Amino acid sequence: MSIVSMTAVELAAAIKKHEVTVKEAVEAVLDNIEKKEDTYHCYVTVDREGALKQAEEIQKKIDDGTLNGPLAGVPVAIKDNMCTEGLLTTCSSKILYNFVPTFTSEAVLNLQKAGAVILGKTNMDEFAMGSTTETSAYGVTRNPWNPEHVPGGSSGGSAAAVAAEECFYALGSDTGGSIRQPASFCGVVGLKPTYGTVSRYGLIAYGSSLDQIGPLCKDVTDCATILETIASHDSKDSTSVERQDTDFTSALVEDVKGMKIGIPRDYFGEGLNPEVKEAVLKAAEVLKEKGAIVEEFDLSLVEYAIPTYYTIAAAEASSNLERFDGIKYGYRTEEYQGLHNMYKKSRSEGFGAEVKRRIMLGSFVLSSGYYDAYYLKALRVKALIKKAFDEAFAKYDVILGPVAPTTAPKIGESLSDPIQMYLGDIYTISINLAGLPGLSIPCGTDSKGLPIGMQLIGDCFKEKNLIRAAYTYEKARGAFVRKEEN
Amino acid sequence: MANIISDETIDYVGILAKLELSEEEKEQAKKDMGSMLDYIDKLSELDTEGVEPMSHVFHVSNVFREDVVTNGDDREAILKNAPEEKDGMFVVPRTFE
Amino acid sequence: MEKQYETVIGLEVHVELATKTKIFCGCSTAFGGAPNTHTCPVCTGMPGSLPVLNKQVLEYAVAVGLATNCDITRYCKFDRKNYFYPDNPQNYQISQLYLPICRNGKVEIETEKGKKYVGIHEIHMEEDAGKLVHDEWNDCSLVDYNRSGVPLIEIVSEPDMRSAEEVIAYLEKLRMTIQYLGASDCKLQEGSMRADVNLSIREVGAEEFGTRTEMKNLNSFKAIARAIEGERERQIDLLESGEKVIQETRRWDDNKGESYAMRSKEDAQDYRYFPDPDLVPIEVDEAFLDRIRERQPEFREEKMARYKEEFDIPEYDIDIITGSKRMADLFEATVALGAQPKKVSNWLMVETLRLLKENDMEPEDIRFSPEHLAALIAMADKKEINSSVAKEVFEEIFKNDVDPAKYVEEKGLKTVNDEGALRKTVEEVIANNPQSVQDYKSGKEKAIGFLVGQTMKAMKGKADPGMINKMLKELL
Repeated sequence: MSIVSMTAVELAAAIKKHEVTVKEAVEAVLDNIEKKEDTYHCYVTVDREGALKQAEEIQKKIDDGTLNGPLAGVPVAIKDNMCTEGLLTTCSSKILYNFVPTFTSEAVLNLQKAGAVILGKTNMDEFAMGSTTETSAYGVTRNPWNPEHVPGGSSGGSAAAVAAEECFYALGSDTGGSIRQPASFCGVVGLKPTYGTVSRYGLIAYGSSLDQIGPLCKDVTDCATILETIASHDSKDSTSVERQDTDFTSALVEDVKGMKIGIPRDYFGEGLNPEVKEAVLKAAEVLKEKGAIVEEFDLSLVEYAIPTYYTIAAAEASSNLERFDGIKYGYRTEEYQGLHNMYKKSRSEGFGAEVKRRIMLGSFVLSSGYYDAYYLKALRVKALIKKAFDEAFAKYDVILGPVAPTTAPKIGESLSDPIQMYLGDIYTISINLAGLPGLSIPCGTDSKGLPIGMQLIGDCFKEKNLIRAAYTYEKARGAFVRKEEN
Repeated sequence: MANIISDETIDYVGILAKLELSEEEKEQAKKDMGSMLDYIDKLSELDTEGVEPMSHVFHVSNVFREDVVTNGDDREAILKNAPEEKDGMFVVPRTFE
Repeated sequence: MEKQYETVIGLEVHVELATKTKIFCGCSTAFGGAPNTHTCPVCTGMPGSLPVLNKQVLEYAVAVGLATNCDITRYCKFDRKNYFYPDNPQNYQISQLYLPICRNGKVEIETEKGKKYVGIHEIHMEEDAGKLVHDEWNDCSLVDYNRSGVPLIEIVSEPDMRSAEEVIAYLEKLRMTIQYLGASDCKLQEGSMRADVNLSIREVGAEEFGTRTEMKNLNSFKAIARAIEGERERQIDLLESGEKVIQETRRWDDNKGESYAMRSKEDAQDYRYFPDPDLVPIEVDEAFLDRIRERQPEFREEKMARYKEEFDIPEYDIDIITGSKRMADLFEATVALGAQPKKVSNWLMVETLRLLKENDMEPEDIRFSPEHLAALIAMADKKEINSSVAKEVFEEIFKNDVDPAKYVEEKGLKTVNDEGALRKTVEEVIANNPQSVQDYKSGKEKAIGFLVGQTMKAMKGKADPGMINKMLKELL
């Protein structure tokens, strides 16, 4: 097996056994990046020199026994909305075209402590607003399964980098499906943890009440291992939760006997591509054969999740993105008359169309006279959605469904109609509203050969149920191999 | 489309959000915002009488820090990304008429 | 008949809390650092930074709320107030709109017209903005975020005041209460206490309030009184000439004695408040309130009553001493060290007030320790130093908090109690001043004063004037 085809955990084990050095691993993956970036464009920034330098330091620490964790020495790619000290962080926006953070986000620090080698920063939809990675100011990322198709988004660069073996694993962020959907489109495993499990300190906010950082990786074992590493209680993030049960790898058990799995009928209705439907239901059958109790139920309120989400996320985003004003960092327009003109021109030139669309909507729903009708109403519906999940989890350990209604669309086909684009998030969005964990795992391909993902949703703090079910399914499914592109 | 967004509304939101749209962008924004609001209006089908607006999904409260100085002089780092800097401060267009 | 107008005034008072660190980060709140040296990613709005509430801010806010008879909100939240301005690094200010920490309070004030209550609508916690420096030469402004994120409470009164006199009595009352709590030094000049005045007028007897304006930039009691008078007149003129008062924010220019509107078309005044998703709710329970209640100090009124009971000092002195928490603390501590209350009071009322005035300081700026004042009083009592030396030493205590015993020793200021040496000097003075001796003997009592002075001079001030007097009379 070539080095780049190894999973993160396999590579760390090989390094530990001195079969591979950290430098060899870094060089192998850098070579692969060099070979494939022209086609896929997964990265905004590749830190070649930095990676080689880190490789040396980490190798020493592995050799002297300071580092001996399950990810020590493994190269990782970071979504470009997580601050990395000294390394360009753009959110794929022109407004941060030159922004070099002075501190590193907590999740990345946790990886560094575990001996990760940071390869660079991955492309994304601008400020994580989008589902295709086409709204990036730095060009589109292409799907490694078929470069004519999008990788999904907003963590499209991270998902594509994992699929193209341009990294061993990656961090993404998920506000309405931004880890799970690209994982599904690119045939990799992705997990959005329970809100508060991974610190948001250093994550450049889109929708603060919805954002969570999580792993994109090659298999469920990597997924549990990475989550275990990045989860931490952070006193710098007020919404960070102190959890005692972050030994996620203990759930890597091939056993779902007696596990109650609910399949929401509402997730399999109109709009779902029949091939996706078939593949997901077939995966559910596999879990049933392994001993899980699988039954259908009505979740309700599914169609209300998208308007609720876009109200809340846009409102928070409109406020979160106010700080980009051309004064303290980032882009400032060349010519202006006075302060307000400088603000307006810098922001209008610095933000792309989708970001502006959401900022306008968010400012409107919070404005005088509309706050109650739109924003508060959305928060009330959010409470109802949460209640619907609470009722479901009183009966089921895991909810199983598709990640997205379709497989990856062709580049250029999605952006024209915002509502159509937002509808693609229908199965992922309510999980963020309710703060729940959700995992995406490949469960087949469509007739075009594009991957299909199955989504497993758990109650708050029940990632272990997801890991156990996904691990069991993965063992039964066998390797999920991308047909080698030319 | 049930929600018709006027030029005045788009201009007003532009002032709030500090965005300056071209005529073409304005027309698009009126259309987009109108259709988004139509979509959001779907929420009014639901009876939310007596439902508390939910900001945080689960109970977390009283997260504090102690009143202890932990930061030193970080000026160089803070100013590093400034588009324009003078005398250790950020330069902005004149704010006083 | 000419119409009679009543002025209706409500106040929004911002108070900078005396915490060591900012409200949402571990940066120092100390004054006087070079620009932007007390900043971090949080208080400069760096992408990815997040706020965490300083517990002391909540404790101070609740303490002020309890002292002003407020209901404490048991479940409270922070909201974002969105507006673009360079002194506001995130372009939103974290404040409280929907669930402020305190509501429905009142304080009693006293003016020449008697006592009355002023209602407190709410008190909320928020962050201060940075400072803008105007660079006229280069036609730009410069931003310093050292003050950005310094904790504030905003105390919003009901429109219960009717005159500048009442406004000042209310502000004095708040200042005293907050100083006693140690929650702020409340200095108007330095901006640690700032008052915005909401003012409207209505015909006497009218039920409805008139349209109000809000005035900002008032940094002394005098400016507040002038601004109230100026705005009242401006509004009366408008109404009398058939115009309307427009609800707006105005900036008071105390030098010109007039205000002007702070309007701009870019200023929509639509703050789009919503709960800050980066902060979690605060739940105040009974145990927390009990802890704050236990720590509440003895406030001024209680202190005045107790002083009247305990100490034999004039009411005027009590009023001055309790008028400053610093002064009252100093008084009590010095008395506790054994000094006679009357004497302590004298040092505070005469020399301390004089030196404060000379140095343009406020009582809160006093730095000397009660130990040194007590020691000085003891030395004077034992006649180890005479009163003019005592005053000289006190000035040193006031300025540098010196140890009086050490200082007197080093400078050799101790009164000479050696009778032989004194007698010798007195004899010399008598011998060298025959004219004065003659004058005294011929009945000019005043002449003895000159001889005392001469003796004192010869002794370099280190003698007891009473003793000299006695000895002179004996020898003459």
